[in-house]
Amino acid sequence: MELTTLWFTLIAVLFTGYFILEGFDFGVGILLPVLGRDNRQRRAMINTIGPVWDGNEVWVITAGGAMFAAFPHWYASLFSGFYMLFFAILVGLIIRGTAFEYRGKGDTDRWRRNWDRCLFTGSVVPAFVWGVVVANLVRGVPLDANFDYTGSIWGLLNGYALLGGLTTLLLFSTHGAYFLHLRTTGDLADRARRLGWKLGVATAVPVLAFLLWTQIAHGNGASLVLIVLAVLALAAGLVLDYKDRSGWAFAATALTIGSASAAVFCALWPDVLPSTSDAANSLTHENAAATQKTLGIMSWAAVVFLPVILLYQGWTYWVFRKRVMVERIPVA
Amino acid sequence: MQFGVTTVYHFLFVPVTIGLSLLVAILQTLWRTTHKSAYLRATKFWGKLFLINIAMGIVTGIVQEFQFGMNWSAYSRFVGDVFGAPLAFEALVAFFLESTFIGVWIFGWDRLKPGLHLACIWLVAFGTMASAYFILAANAFMQNPVGYQLNETAGRAELTDFGAVLTNPVALAAFPHTVFAAWLTAGTVVVAVSGYHFMHRRDLDVHRPAMRLGILTTIVGGLGLVLSGDSLGKVMTATQPMKMAAAEALYQTTYNAPFSILTIGSLDGSRGTPIIEIPGLLSFLATGSFNGEVQGINDLNAQYQDLYGPGEYVPYIPLTYWSFRAMIGFGMLAVAMAVIVWWFTRRGRLPEHRLFWPIAMWMAVTPFLANSAGWIFTEMGRQPWVVFSLYQTSEAVSPRVGAPTVAISFIGFTLVYLVLAVVALRLFLRFAKAGPPDEEGAMATSSPSDDPDKPMAFAY
Repeated sequence: MELTTLWFTLIAVLFTGYFILEGFDFGVGILLPVLGRDNRQRRAMINTIGPVWDGNEVWVITAGGAMFAAFPHWYASLFSGFYMLFFAILVGLIIRGTAFEYRGKGDTDRWRRNWDRCLFTGSVVPAFVWGVVVANLVRGVPLDANFDYTGSIWGLLNGYALLGGLTTLLLFSTHGAYFLHLRTTGDLADRARRLGWKLGVATAVPVLAFLLWTQIAHGNGASLVLIVLAVLALAAGLVLDYKDRSGWAFAATALTIGSASAAVFCALWPDVLPSTSDAANSLTHENAAATQKTLGIMSWAAVVFLPVILLYQGWTYWVFRKRVMVERIPVA
Repeated sequence: MQFGVTTVYHFLFVPVTIGLSLLVAILQTLWRTTHKSAYLRATKFWGKLFLINIAMGIVTGIVQEFQFGMNWSAYSRFVGDVFGAPLAFEALVAFFLESTFIGVWIFGWDRLKPGLHLACIWLVAFGTMASAYFILAANAFMQNPVGYQLNETAGRAELTDFGAVLTNPVALAAFPHTVFAAWLTAGTVVVAVSGYHFMHRRDLDVHRPAMRLGILTTIVGGLGLVLSGDSLGKVMTATQPMKMAAAEALYQTTYNAPFSILTIGSLDGSRGTPIIEIPGLLSFLATGSFNGEVQGINDLNAQYQDLYGPGEYVPYIPLTYWSFRAMIGFGMLAVAMAVIVWWFTRRGRLPEHRLFWPIAMWMAVTPFLANSAGWIFTEMGRQPWVVFSLYQTSEAVSPRVGAPTVAISFIGFTLVYLVLAVVALRLFLRFAKAGPPDEEGAMATSSPSDDPDKPMAFAY
């Protein structure tokens, strides 16, 4: 396999892994004010993702770093072109990350309420904006001969991209609801299940519309297969969650997010950022790439470290596999 | 500018994180080997303060990773082939390690065997150091580009020798300097916080060992800073003589060059009046000999004009001059404080004077000032280059990102950071004042338990 193909695939895998993992912890943050009736319930919800959210976030940092090293032009065009979108994501992630750590360290209601707001906002905004980013990525943007984006922020807020945002927002929320159903007990789990059902039905509409649009406008054979898989998995998730099979339901939305994300990257290939102004200015996996030398070194690093990372991250999920019970949240 | 502010801000938290992770790991190891509950209580106490700090280090770190592309897209295109790899390595090797195991450490007190739990904090400590190494290797390429070849047609620097990038002499010298700075910083913070409790005569059994550890770390860090600073100075003179000249505002090439402690008047080379000067010291710092030749700013500027074409190759001298002094001065103040505190608390003594501890506590600010000054010096001393001798800062910015966009994000980040800094500082002070948990509380939450009804050992 060509090294550029390998690295396109690896970066797609890193983003896909990020969406699956951080997807549910965004979902938990979004559902916090909806499902958490009192402070103890909200704490129980936060603690389902407490030990893992930080490790989940590193997936996107690694995706960014890998993009910088393997496709410098892709990295430069994407991050400078989508400047305001990434600014919104970053501010969201900043206030969210601090909220996890600081919320429990104060004892007034006002303190907790403010951090709950940060947690909610810091989850909603990135969950939506990532969809906008991905949609614009596959749709393409006007690029000049230096591969720099020539439009403004308004050019990125087109109908297709906003639909993409709505899709990720709702899909991550559903994913989060299934996760809470899996990881909590009693009343909280029960309400998560019922909300998961409603959310799942509501999610189906934008997901179908977005994936169909993607397939018609940009798709190919591989993306079609993945899109069918994503839709089937979403339907299966709905049924499974309804039947109280929370683990399998969660696995199903993970599959939905995974195959939808993979479908988008398949539709993007062989470009990495198509130009809508002049096709000659499109960034492809070839003209955006680093040298063979760099890609080779990076490949060895990935071969050695990625399995180790997967192993120890998998282990942390095993260590914290027990459901979080509202009753076990310490009072102080 | 935005990069400068966010980087300095990020770097306020980083050294404390590197240093404290190690100190917490040491305290927990002491507890595991001696089984003295005072060490456990100290571990819990410092662990909490460490977490308040690392949270800020992590969230501001994400910004750093994306910012190159956002604000410096031309630079990213130019150096990505060389510069991206250490950053990607950092994420793969270090960042995953810290972020995953910090979560396990926080929540794992009652879930893991004690030895395994202890291993987690050591992995975090190791991860923070590895992180620092890769970042400094990337930064060293900007100071002293090595292991690359210019590709004129592609208009970029391309990697030829990754080993050379990772063993860049600047990185090898800057890494110990940074780690010692981290120890100095964390040590000073430990001394200050322990000092607060010494002043109130509270929980001395917990704070005395921490105090001793803090003093030791500060002094070792300080000595290490002098030695590593010396070797960094020589590497810097060899690779970026302009920076060394700018540190002293030395305009004419000089043998036996003096080092001025303070200067009154302007630093434009015409009327500066040094107050205190140590003859030959600059030559010694730069070359290892008191009679060594130190090239002056004017001669270097002329040389660079021959080499790189017309232009000004001089950084903003007052900034480099004063930041270099601030770095050394504040760092030395911190060490002096540690020595004084050690002298007055030796063998169980407690200083009586009511101003002793307040002054000692305020000295905790000095390493932060020294760190920021050092970082500002090393970055500003390289101007007008972003990659020394290859690429100028003015070419590096994102050409299509407009001023309003940059302004909005700059103001946005600054406001968010300001609010968070205030919140983090207040939390830190509150928990620092509250002191360690009592023995019962510390023990109850520190052993593996399968009791399904027992409250979780830790919850957000």
